[in-house]
Amino acid sequence: MRSASRRSAGVPAGWPGGVPAAEWEACAGLSVRRRDAAGPAGETPAFRRTALTGLTLAPIQSALHSAGPQAARIEHLWWVFFWICVAVYVITTIFFLAAVVRGRRRVEPIDNPAHDRRLGFFVSTCAAVTILTLFGLLFSSVATGNAIGTLGKNDPRQLEIEVTGHQWWWEVKYPDALLPSSQITDANEIHIPIHTPVLLRLDTRDVIHSLWIPNLHGKRDLIPGRVNKFWIQADTPGIYRGQCAEFCGYQHAHMALMVIADTPEEFAKWKSHMGEGAPTPMTPAQLRGQQVFLSAPCAKCHNILGLDAYGTLGPDLTHFRSRPTLAAGQLLNTRGNLAGWIANAPAIKPGTLMPPNQLSGQEMSDLLAYLETLK
Amino acid sequence: MRRRSRGLIAILALAILCCHRERRSLTPTAADSERPMPLRVSGLQPGPKQLGATGINNPYEGNAYAISQGQQLFEQYNCSGCHFHGGGGIGPALMDSEWIYGSSPANIFTTISEGRPNGMPSYGGHIPVYQIWQLTTYVRAVGGFEPQGAVSPRSDEMMSRRAEEPK
Repeated sequence: MRSASRRSAGVPAGWPGGVPAAEWEACAGLSVRRRDAAGPAGETPAFRRTALTGLTLAPIQSALHSAGPQAARIEHLWWVFFWICVAVYVITTIFFLAAVVRGRRRVEPIDNPAHDRRLGFFVSTCAAVTILTLFGLLFSSVATGNAIGTLGKNDPRQLEIEVTGHQWWWEVKYPDALLPSSQITDANEIHIPIHTPVLLRLDTRDVIHSLWIPNLHGKRDLIPGRVNKFWIQADTPGIYRGQCAEFCGYQHAHMALMVIADTPEEFAKWKSHMGEGAPTPMTPAQLRGQQVFLSAPCAKCHNILGLDAYGTLGPDLTHFRSRPTLAAGQLLNTRGNLAGWIANAPAIKPGTLMPPNQLSGQEMSDLLAYLETLK
Repeated sequence: MRRRSRGLIAILALAILCCHRERRSLTPTAADSERPMPLRVSGLQPGPKQLGATGINNPYEGNAYAISQGQQLFEQYNCSGCHFHGGGGIGPALMDSEWIYGSSPANIFTTISEGRPNGMPSYGGHIPVYQIWQLTTYVRAVGGFEPQGAVSPRSDEMMSRRAEEPK
């Protein structure tokens, strides 16, 4: 299975890295139908045009398909527990069945001290083996926890990323910018270079969330008022889906994110692109759309680098068209889905802070024309 | 025995009848976010006689969900930047009995929606109307006009100590 998450060179151009749309949806848990996902003729989803092309979505969001050193250790521990439990189960079942079979025969009570001694020795041996096994499991669990908790502490290549949980999406910041104004803020996707230990600083803006990317690591809670640290590392390029693992309100189930692990060169390319401001609108429709963005409620909550929009309540939109999904993994980022989301987001995600917007048809199409330039 | 069970049934029926489940609107419609005409909340007016204030009702009066949403929005839209947490600072206090522009829901709605002289910005058109009503309800809760049982006992602002530490 692990080979499926490798960069698939030579696969014909299709969905990212040649994964068919249906498979992508099934894996990503996207609630769009294939028909919608493909978009109308002439329209390609944003991520087919981005650097994502060539990466494959990990086929299964599972802790048993590890793609990094920590997940590998967790997977290893899981299998140790599994096989020991299998052995315990089999042995217990054998003794149980033996007792059932023997119980049918009438057995005379044995009054023999040698037999009592043998029985006593047998029972204490079994108890000792059980205690030793339990201690062994405890020790391996603690050892694994220690090993994955301190990965990369002394590694000079480490990268630091801030992840903030919101109801119901993820804010991702790369705090190493030279100027505060060129700090990269992304949403619902974490780009990381492979073979690099990444320190995630986890915080939340509202309630407790929990970050879980099964293919890379276990869970870690995001707790209001304190910063939790978390190391992850991916060794295989690919897209790994993660999600919130702590109930956080009505849309807890729709709070996903993608970890996009790529080679250091691709990552650097992506990062320098993200550091640039939003492209200037060119066509009259795009210019009108920008005005709609600034005068409609959009700019109150969303930020676009280089524009008079400084909102921090919603995701940063500076390069939002390069993201594969909308609404924290709920919809594919296509023009149609985007229009529906803007027109009536609460109908798609009840309880979201994003309000329904009453825009005329002209305003909506101008706004979409502008938003589509934000790659 | 029969009398007692009748009594029990009566109490149960009363309890069920008195159960009032609050409505939570998680899916505001597009009409909810339409920008309203400026409200008239005073009988005083310049020029020739016009129609008086329309009967405008706060849809969220006494609604605990709206109050807690308003409480979040109060932080998120940085109302606390000027009014702090109701005590006032740059803007006037909201927890005292002085209301320069009136304390009725329509007054507060208009203040948020249209803005007021000397610094209160206008939020109408920038945030949807149902959120202005949620803010209005929260501001009235701060002022003590909302039923105590509907107001969240927990504050949303950053605490100076950890939650688990004693006060």
